[in-house]
Amino acid sequence: MELLYASCVGILVSCGVFLILRSRTFPVVLGLTMFSYAVNLFLFSSGRLSLNQAAVLGYSSEYADPLPQALVLTAIVIGFAMTAFVVILAIRGRVDLGSDHVDGQLPNKGSNKNKDKNKKVKI
Amino acid sequence: MTLLWIPLLSLLGSIISSMTGKLSRNQSTALTMLMPIIALFMTIDLAPAVFAGDVVRETISWIPLLGIDIAFRLDGLALLFVFMILVIGILVIFYARYYLSSNDSMPKLYAYLMLFMTAMLGIVMSNNVIQLWFFWELTSISSFLLISYWWHKAEARNGAIMALTITGGGGLALLGGLLLLGNIVGSYNLDVILASRDIIQAHAWYEVTLILILLGAFTKSAQFPFHFWLPHAMAAPTPVSAYLHSATMVKAGVFLLARFYPALAGTDIWFIVVSLTGLATLLFGAYVALFKHDLKGLLAYSTISHLGLITLLFGLDTKLAAVAAIFHIINHATFKASLFMATGIIDHETGTRDMRKLNGMWRFMPYTATLAMVAAAAMAGVPLLNGFLSKEMFFAETLHQQLLGSMSWLIPVFATIAGAFAVAYSARFIHDVFFNGEPVDLPKQPSEPPRYMRVPIEVLVALCLMVGIFPNFIIDDILKAASFAVLGGYVPEFKVALWHGFNLPLLMSGIAVTGGLLIYSQRRYLYQFQASLPTLNAKKAFDNTLYVMVKWCQRKVHAIENGSLQRYLVLMFMVVLFLAGWPLFEMSQLSGQKQLTPIDVHNAMGAALLMAGAISTVIWYRTRVVSLLMLSVVGLMVSVAFTRFSAPDLALTQLTVEVVTIILLMLALFFLPQHSPKESSSMRVLRDLGISGALGIVVASICYALITRPLESISDFFLANAKTGGGGTNVVNVILVDFRGFDTLGEICVLGIAALGIYKLLVNLPLYIPDSDSKGRPWAKERYPILLASISQSLLPLALMVSFYIFLRGHNLPGGGFIAGLVTAVAFILQYIAHGSNWIAERITINYRKIIASGIAIALFTGVGSWFFGRPFMTTWFEYFDIPLIGEIELASALIFDVGVYITVVGSTLMILASLGQLTASEPANAPSKEVNI
Repeated sequence: MELLYASCVGILVSCGVFLILRSRTFPVVLGLTMFSYAVNLFLFSSGRLSLNQAAVLGYSSEYADPLPQALVLTAIVIGFAMTAFVVILAIRGRVDLGSDHVDGQLPNKGSNKNKDKNKKVKI
Repeated sequence: MTLLWIPLLSLLGSIISSMTGKLSRNQSTALTMLMPIIALFMTIDLAPAVFAGDVVRETISWIPLLGIDIAFRLDGLALLFVFMILVIGILVIFYARYYLSSNDSMPKLYAYLMLFMTAMLGIVMSNNVIQLWFFWELTSISSFLLISYWWHKAEARNGAIMALTITGGGGLALLGGLLLLGNIVGSYNLDVILASRDIIQAHAWYEVTLILILLGAFTKSAQFPFHFWLPHAMAAPTPVSAYLHSATMVKAGVFLLARFYPALAGTDIWFIVVSLTGLATLLFGAYVALFKHDLKGLLAYSTISHLGLITLLFGLDTKLAAVAAIFHIINHATFKASLFMATGIIDHETGTRDMRKLNGMWRFMPYTATLAMVAAAAMAGVPLLNGFLSKEMFFAETLHQQLLGSMSWLIPVFATIAGAFAVAYSARFIHDVFFNGEPVDLPKQPSEPPRYMRVPIEVLVALCLMVGIFPNFIIDDILKAASFAVLGGYVPEFKVALWHGFNLPLLMSGIAVTGGLLIYSQRRYLYQFQASLPTLNAKKAFDNTLYVMVKWCQRKVHAIENGSLQRYLVLMFMVVLFLAGWPLFEMSQLSGQKQLTPIDVHNAMGAALLMAGAISTVIWYRTRVVSLLMLSVVGLMVSVAFTRFSAPDLALTQLTVEVVTIILLMLALFFLPQHSPKESSSMRVLRDLGISGALGIVVASICYALITRPLESISDFFLANAKTGGGGTNVVNVILVDFRGFDTLGEICVLGIAALGIYKLLVNLPLYIPDSDSKGRPWAKERYPILLASISQSLLPLALMVSFYIFLRGHNLPGGGFIAGLVTAVAFILQYIAHGSNWIAERITINYRKIIASGIAIALFTGVGSWFFGRPFMTTWFEYFDIPLIGEIELASALIFDVGVYITVVGSTLMILASLGQLTASEPANAPSKEVNI
């Protein structure tokens, strides 16, 4: 099962990173969300996997590690706040810059090869 | 506590004087002077103990694990400096009252001056070297503010930047040196460091440490070749120069030499580096000073030269040389401060400082002239004045040197030459300004200054005379005490006296005086010679160096940072890939010793769903709604995974957050295009696939390696103490609100800040609201379906009750403030969806900002509350109460903390969604563009 769990985390990371690398804001937000799932699962697993051992005293003889759980709990909430902030930033960026490209404007068409060099970006 | 009050009072004075803008000039001055005067009396009170050989100490433990304390100590050396800083500071404040014109902001100057005074007091009194460094940097910053006081002048700005760059750079070197020193000794405590001379000097890092610390001292004390910032700092108002360049800023460097003298001095490298730097500075400064036409320029180079003299004295390998250095520190401070003030008066009364224009001032201001002439004579080292005594000591010490081997006779020769130049520039100061014919078109008709403007100079000149005539009476105690501190407990027999009989030093003095007068009388030839030399413009060189460095950095930065987010991300992920992936190859075996758990059907199905969801999200990422729906599948499966693996709290949180996130993203989609265009080239897709795939493999491997190894956790402590110490059985919740409550406080603050940031981003957003989707299909007419409206309304009380229940049981069973807050938020969001925000706004007005603020305030004050019971921040209190009919219930202060968490979560979540949702509700939808107010 550990192998399965690790593969799930890996798949989430891969999908998340791929989406983060896209050029439009919305997929990037989706990617960030997915990536934060992966990070949360990863952090959570540092307390190892255990079945039916919730860290509530008196309900079982052995308990899962409560510390990563506490850390991940707040991480989930803050992750939401950050996702929200990024998505609102994306909306604001689209309104102010007229494009939902992550760089604020469309790259120059037809010069894909050296577009990184020639592009002037307003910050 | 008195020791701590000395710097604290001057800091207080800085705050007070910054608020005296509405008062008259006299009131403002009086209020500003009050604090240093009180501090001065406190110091006088402490003085007898220090004279008796005690060291007064005061320590407040701050970060004991890092060895950083708030620690002050007052020994003889510190006492001497505290006296100088306070007395000259008070005089400067008084003087500035008359110097500043009515256009200049007096509170501003006073506030900066007092801040600077605080920093200086902090340096000389610190008993912790890190703290010392902090104050050191504070002097750099506050001197920057002081030099740039007339910020509208370009030269003031440039001078300030130059001073900050040089002294700030030296400060960095000093930090490095002090950290090394702390590492060698094993403590940042000055007492320990000063007592560890042998350990330090035997250590392999001694040379590096010494050079770094000396760099700090030399840059601050304007030693050659770092001297050039000081003349440019003369753009400051003259009271500032009088303070910074006589008693304080530049003396901080020589103070550092004196402070670490017991620990660092005594080796060959110290003697060579310190004495040669001092000698070079002494000669260079004295020579250049003669050619400056600006009065302040002359004084600036003279200051450089005298600092060189003091440095040289610290570099000579006799004990008496250090005593002479301390003595000269005092003398230089008094005569130089009075000379700067006299220059200020001349500038103030005539409108110029150019010695080619200023001539024959004696007729116009005889009284000021007399004072200035006495001070200048002290600078030249004329008998009956304090400068003479320390110069005699200096000459005497140069005679017993073996530093340069058989060429050691060069030192007294150079010293005499420098002395001659000092006499020459002092003679120029006196003769050119007060005699030498008639003034040349002065901007103003000169006259004596206001009566009280001369008072500070009178005080200082009186000191010069008194020390010069009755040295033992005035200076003996403090000089002995300071020497005691510098020499580490041993003071050689010495006697400061006016008359030692006819001896070699006296002869040297005689040669210096006659030589100096000769140089001055023949100055015409020297000027011609000097004019034929190529001019070396330090400012231009400095500017060029800076320009080249900035350009270089810009080029390097632009090479990496070209404004493309994708590029940054790719680079960042590659670095992560390398850093995280590399160690994996060095690991012998990926899987650990832990017994693996078998895969059951449920888990396999869940994992399959999760993977399918994730992959579908990627596959359909161009069709944004579909992709979002797929993402929600992943979120749900994550929450299921938490349930499965014994984390009910996480599952509940994930579930509720998932709902909120998806609603938010749905809303966002309303304002963003519905589709992503195909943009990336195939090569780029391939590259991204490669990076993301590799990163996934690396993370999966690390995760696998991690979870197959046995666990050693600190959590046993939490499990053991949750019930007894925190009063709850749900350990996760107890950790959140009790053990790690401070973290949680920080986290809800982050949440609140994010919500406020979103609010600010959305306020006054000129939003284009489409009346149809991208394919031209109009939005549904019926915005608020009746069925949803009625169901959601009846669900609300139920949902609130559930959230209340979840909240209450949180301390003992899965639940708590975070989850309850999210449930409440979801219940309200449902109302927004079902009825629209206008419908809600008609019924209740909620200010979410206030809710967030009150939530954080409640959490904070619960923590602060434990202070009132004498406990550390955020100590939980709990008690069991037996109430008839209801039974035993438990009340804990952590519950109140959790209320704060709950309120913040509700407020933040609702603010984020309601702010965005509000935008969609703005009618009419067919308006092309519209300002929306929330």
